[in-house]
Amino acid sequence: MSILMISGMTATSCIGRGLEQTLAALHGRRSGLAPCAFRDMVVDTWVGEVAGVDDEKIDADLRDFNCRNNRLAQLALSQDGFADAVEAAVSRWGRRRVGVFLGTSTAGMLRTEWAFRHRDAVSGQLPAEFVYAGTHSPYSLTEFVRRKLGLEGPAVAVSSACSSSAKVFASAQRMVDYGLIDAAVVGGVDSLCATTLYGFESLGLLAKEPCRPFSGDRAGISIGEAAAYMLVERMAGPQGREAVWLLGVGESSDAYHMSSPHPQGLGARLAMERALVSAGLGPEHIDYINLHGTGTVANDAAEAIAIANVFGTATPCSSTKGATGHTLGAAGALEAAICVLAIQNDFMPSSPYTGPRDQSLEINYISQNQGGAISTVLSNSFGFGGSNCSLIFGRPI
Amino acid sequence: MHPVYVEGIGVLGPGMESWQEAVCLLKGEHAYLPGKTILSPPESLPPAERRRASRGVMAALQVGYAACTMAGVLPAEPASVFASSGGDGDICNAICSALAADDHLISPTQFHNSVHNAISGYWGIATGAMAPSSVVSAYDGSFAAGLLEAVSLLVSLRTPVLLVASDQDYPFPLSAVRPVPDIFAVALLLTVTPHPGKSLAQIRIAGDLPFAELPGQAMSDLLLDDLSRAIPAAGCLPLLQSIARQDTGNIVLVYLPSQYLVLEVAPCR
Repeated sequence: MSILMISGMTATSCIGRGLEQTLAALHGRRSGLAPCAFRDMVVDTWVGEVAGVDDEKIDADLRDFNCRNNRLAQLALSQDGFADAVEAAVSRWGRRRVGVFLGTSTAGMLRTEWAFRHRDAVSGQLPAEFVYAGTHSPYSLTEFVRRKLGLEGPAVAVSSACSSSAKVFASAQRMVDYGLIDAAVVGGVDSLCATTLYGFESLGLLAKEPCRPFSGDRAGISIGEAAAYMLVERMAGPQGREAVWLLGVGESSDAYHMSSPHPQGLGARLAMERALVSAGLGPEHIDYINLHGTGTVANDAAEAIAIANVFGTATPCSSTKGATGHTLGAAGALEAAICVLAIQNDFMPSSPYTGPRDQSLEINYISQNQGGAISTVLSNSFGFGGSNCSLIFGRPI
Repeated sequence: MHPVYVEGIGVLGPGMESWQEAVCLLKGEHAYLPGKTILSPPESLPPAERRRASRGVMAALQVGYAACTMAGVLPAEPASVFASSGGDGDICNAICSALAADDHLISPTQFHNSVHNAISGYWGIATGAMAPSSVVSAYDGSFAAGLLEAVSLLVSLRTPVLLVASDQDYPFPLSAVRPVPDIFAVALLLTVTPHPGKSLAQIRIAGDLPFAELPGQAMSDLLLDDLSRAIPAAGCLPLLQSIARQDTGNIVLVYLPSQYLVLEVAPCR
């Protein structure tokens, strides 16, 4: 595969609006998780809510898209000069040669939940203000961002649960290789809603305290919300030494169970091995692994086995979900951005809450931030339905 | 653009139970009579998954198996692309209705079946396929978006790719805001090189800007044309008609708002 240059990037989650705040929080090992006080939801858990989302005003011509998910999408889009970077890519390649590939697991589900609570007492109809295409449809996010950025290239929503916004990188990379586009906006947006909060509660997977991935006393996930985007482009002329690239992608299916990972991490292992092959790298080239690391007993155990099988026990690893929560369909893109920040700033972020080490997990899980030259990083994202994706970012070796 | 080849087709929809039947309808040998979609769940799904899987999942698996069988490909082998406009309408309706009634005890099975990639997950469990599987959506253009994803995946991996596009009806009240009349599912088994005597048709994305601002011609059978517009996955019908009739020429598919996708289609035998 050809490698893609990352020429724009931004991320907004409960640890910050934009990259500067995100980086400061990671450096300070600050968590954005807090006891759940989202709307009227009564769940004994901690969540990573983004402040100020509902203050965003949606332009009149895009009012059909007005829902929390798209407000979060817009809030994030206005950070870090991302829209300007996209406009520069448009001037390089043309509006129809820049694609949009965005991941989401629930799109504007919160708005649908609202609509069901406001059905007409007689007819049972949903309220007239509810716009299915602009809020409920998985594609609503992609079309909203496409219009905000004025792009006319291929566009798609990827909705494969918690791997969604990692898999968008693979889709965009293939379409560049195929020759249909020269650049792409990739990313993911997911926002809090009752369906995911009560749904994960029903599965018994929500931690009652901030999640503690890979600790011996881990007790489940903390749900967060986030929006993160990258602008990726095919190589155009000589680049500076500072540029970070998408070097490899690997995808697999567990073919095992709808909501439990393969106990030996077989699908996860395949995704990581395929990412290494596509990047032309060996396991020894990876300096740091940003784990899927949700904090459930089964997920972390399976991922640790897969990591140990591919990388051995020395490669430094951590999950940043203790800081951001598990942002579901946005997690792949958010953690991709964290990986690029790690490379640009020469540090490996550890989780704010590490707890006692789980001695049965034989990987090098870092309990403190670590400095040092980091040139190549792997990020894991795994989802329900056994959907696995690993991404490799770095500078070409 | 690099062409791809169709080696197997499965289709299921209202008044259309198989590709063999669809060929007769699309060639105009029999008149198309709209009916209800009739499911025949595949035997290969393990009993527990048969109990858990929804009718939308069953329809998608059924056409996926049919396309693989026709192409002589083991279902575990191909990489896959699953395209759908919406997720599972019955489950979405059940969860939203329960939440609106302040019943917060969502069924765990319903919750994990509510993900948009449930079909991809069940396909993997049923077939043992561990290959990459993409799950894409583009509202009314979901079939075309799935085809673009499948073609680029195929050219990247150079191993067969199974494209499955499917959609299903919502119960009321979502049916009033998204009126999809019934289940429709289609599967194409695509290869990167032709196999003489086996490949049915060649599909090529029309150039590096394969977009048109106007839709293609309506299908000559008005009831089939209605079907192709009523269910997003049935947007494949103009392409299937071209394959069935062994036509050579351009096909225009519904894709994004005010943006249609142009394909060059030619028969292989």
